[in-house]
Amino acid sequence: MNESSFIAMPEPNTDVIQGTLDMLILKTLSLEPLHGFGIARRIEQISRDVFKVNPGSLLTALQRLERAGLVDAEWRATENSRRARYYALTASGRRRLEADTADWRRRAAAVARLLSAEG
Amino acid sequence: MSVAFLRPLLRGLRALYRSRQADADVADEVAHYLDQAAAVHRASGLDTDAARRAALLEVGGPLSIREQVRSSGWEHQLETLAQDIRHAVRRLRRSPGFTLTAVATLAFGIGASTAVFSVVNPILIEPLPFPDAHRLVTLRDRNQQGVPMAGTFGTYEEVAARSHSFDGLAAVDGWGPSLTDPGTPEQLEGARVTANYFDLFGMVPLAGRGFIAADTDPGAPGVVILSHTLAERRFGGARAIVGRPVELNGDPYLVAGVLPPGFANVLAPGVQVWTPLRGHATGDFNTPQWGHHYDLVGRLAPGITAEAANREMLAIGRTPVGAFPRPRWADLSKGLLVGPLQESVVGAVRPALVAIIASVVLLLAISAVNVANLQLARGVRRRPEFTMRLALGASRGRLLRQLLTESIVLAVLGGAGGLGVAALGIRALIAIGPPGLPRMDAIRLDPPVFLFAALLTLLVGVLVGILPGLGVLGREDGSGGRYARATRGGLRSVLVVSEVALAIMLLVSTVLLFRSVRRVLSQEPGFDPSRVITLQVVEAGHEFDSTAARLQFFEQALEVVRRVPGVEAAAFTSQLPLSGEIDGYGYEAASAPALKPGEGGSALRYAVTPGYFKTMGIRLVAGRLPDGTDRPEAPRAVVINEGLARRLFGRATALGARLRFGPDMGTGPWTEVVGVVGDVRHYSLAVDPPDAFYVPTAQWDWVDRVQTLVVRAAAGRTVDLVPSLQRAVWSVNPHVPLLRVRTMDDFVTESAGNRRFVLLALEALALTALVLAAIGLYGVVSGNVNERVREFGIRTALGASPGAVVRQVIGHAGTLALAGAVLGFAGAWAGSRLLGSLLYDVSPLDPLTYAAVVLLLAGVAMVAAWAPARRAVGVDPTVALRADSC
Repeated sequence: MNESSFIAMPEPNTDVIQGTLDMLILKTLSLEPLHGFGIARRIEQISRDVFKVNPGSLLTALQRLERAGLVDAEWRATENSRRARYYALTASGRRRLEADTADWRRRAAAVARLLSAEG
Repeated sequence: MSVAFLRPLLRGLRALYRSRQADADVADEVAHYLDQAAAVHRASGLDTDAARRAALLEVGGPLSIREQVRSSGWEHQLETLAQDIRHAVRRLRRSPGFTLTAVATLAFGIGASTAVFSVVNPILIEPLPFPDAHRLVTLRDRNQQGVPMAGTFGTYEEVAARSHSFDGLAAVDGWGPSLTDPGTPEQLEGARVTANYFDLFGMVPLAGRGFIAADTDPGAPGVVILSHTLAERRFGGARAIVGRPVELNGDPYLVAGVLPPGFANVLAPGVQVWTPLRGHATGDFNTPQWGHHYDLVGRLAPGITAEAANREMLAIGRTPVGAFPRPRWADLSKGLLVGPLQESVVGAVRPALVAIIASVVLLLAISAVNVANLQLARGVRRRPEFTMRLALGASRGRLLRQLLTESIVLAVLGGAGGLGVAALGIRALIAIGPPGLPRMDAIRLDPPVFLFAALLTLLVGVLVGILPGLGVLGREDGSGGRYARATRGGLRSVLVVSEVALAIMLLVSTVLLFRSVRRVLSQEPGFDPSRVITLQVVEAGHEFDSTAARLQFFEQALEVVRRVPGVEAAAFTSQLPLSGEIDGYGYEAASAPALKPGEGGSALRYAVTPGYFKTMGIRLVAGRLPDGTDRPEAPRAVVINEGLARRLFGRATALGARLRFGPDMGTGPWTEVVGVVGDVRHYSLAVDPPDAFYVPTAQWDWVDRVQTLVVRAAAGRTVDLVPSLQRAVWSVNPHVPLLRVRTMDDFVTESAGNRRFVLLALEALALTALVLAAIGLYGVVSGNVNERVREFGIRTALGASPGAVVRQVIGHAGTLALAGAVLGFAGAWAGSRLLGSLLYDVSPLDPLTYAAVVLLLAGVAMVAAWAPARRAVGVDPTVALRADSC
């Protein structure tokens, strides 16, 4: 894949639905601790590239979640002697994820019902 | 849950405190992100450089991401603010002249307001420092003329027994014991109180106990409660003295308790020792219990208003019962006046404080307007800078925020200076404070005052910034600079006009007050105060228990004093005009042709020794003055004042008429009027002379223990006589305390105290306001001249005389001043109501006052316009024209 083909690539992905980024991050971290890029990649992969994560928004959200105590962050050394920041879900993050998930399911179901309603 | 908000706070603080570390963290994280993205591209076959480029394209520039992450925390706002503040400080340092003027102006405005607030807060705003202070009330009786006065103990006992409006009711009587043991003898200010007095205020002694009902039993041992100050000063602290004996007036007392420090004894701040009131009122009206010298204080029952209590007092007053006999002078026919204790504490100084508050608000407004004006002028000069920054993409909001930051920085500097001004101002206000200024001890720079200053500073900062900000950034239309400049000039003119108007309001009030004080002081007091020295003499101790002994002491003391070189005349009196002593009695006339039914009834009683009238310079109108022949065994004689004579006998002569007074009224012997003397202003110079009668000390039913020695010094002598007078009195009895050494002139001056207090404060404020208004005028006129340099050059080139140019510049200043004056006069007229009771015999529309202010203002406008006018005349046409062409 060369550069021009990269640009010409079709763009099926969209930004993450507003307000759901936190929930998606928490869900991703509930599987295993990850660094920022890992989280973005995981979200894109699992959503089958429907969602594209903006790095600035992601890192900002991680800072916010960390400050709110929903995730913990720790620095780990990488092979090429840089450092990577790994995030892990905390207990309160897990509770928040459960609450958010339930709430989202309720809303999504409601939206689905509305959309499938017969005119 | 507290952790949930603590953690973002702590992280934010850490990011602030170690901002370099925080930056590095974010940078590393972004760099790692890019590495990972590049790694993915490498894995799919790109070489290192291409993979990195692809990652950059995909992820975005690391700088902008870093910025995005860093700016999302709350601490980032603080960092921007810090930047703005640094920028503002740099800008202000670059124009020190402007900064200094603005800061000084604001310091005056904020400082004066803060000083006034610190005086006003404990008096008018803060509740008194007692639990449920709003329920504390005073109860006052009224004399025949409806003037409120102290109550009698008989009234207290009746109301306490019959009323249901109060949780508690206490009575207080003055007491002036001499501490005779241990230590050096000392005269103390004390009070006799009912046993529930301290409970009523919710005060619990620091050590020992309060008073109990048993302390008031006639046979119980004497007990006292001491103030914390006295216990510390005389007895080495509360613990050391409680339970120990002291000797007062030669009697033993046990110290039952000591009050905590800071008991705000609002009724009589000087009292240091309290003892229980003993005895009861009986049907024998010829007893101290039936004199009007008891302050009554009550605590309203929950839910009862002062009005409801007033109604109950009137109902009780109208339904006398047999168990509580009443004399005529305390018949309660008008009920009792129930009013908030706070009200009686504030009392007479309220109008003074209101006037000062209003003036200081004016001054604050003037200083804010002045600084806004300076800011605006500066904004005009900074216009190129703003235009440039707008062109470079700064938002108007951002620039406005920066201007605001700048003015708030100015205000904070001004506020800091203001605290210094306030500290000085508070001292000045206390120093010139009227004698009745209550709660002096509570006047200081305390947290509420600091809070007030801080809020005021912020408010002024915002106001001072927003107006010029809008003026400078506001209109950016296509018509170019000319229109914009005209409107800005207009805004500046509006500001100056309002400044002048505010200054005028202050000036008019000041001049009105000045004239009032002059009028008050020019009132004829009815006596000649010059060279009259007064000393209060107290007969303390058992040696004076008999009337004969008391009379003997006063007569001997008088003899000795009269022999002191430099004494022209001397006498004793039971009460002194203008001293605040008020001692009135009911009277009854055998026949009083001029007295309307239901009118009259009480007059001030002076028990005087012969020579009183000569000493005080009170003139004899008819008959004779009391003399040495009016001995106890001689027929009773009385001298009345013209006012009383007119009230009782109209045009007919009062001489030979017969009167009866006070306790003896109705039963006692008749007293013959032997003389009529001139009226004397007793309450204050601003209050008409009350009815009065003078009885010879020797002929009254008792001899007052507290009397005032009045001495007229020979020409050239005054207070220097005091030590020899003291020695003379003490040569008769060395144990007699001498209090309140004052000249009669002091009392006269004090009588205008409230007005003088306000006048001094207003003079200072008005002067500052005038200077500020002059600065404002100068600024606008001078700016106007600068903008019109070319025009003046052309005019001069075309042959305009220097006089014409000067006329034009001064005319400009005059127009602004005139507009301000018209508005200011309207404001002053409306505001003169606030001065209200402080004005005396001067109309709020006094033409002389207005004329004086107009003259003053014209002078100030001339001064403000003089320098700019000179500059306008000095414009060299060639220079002006050339300057414009390039």
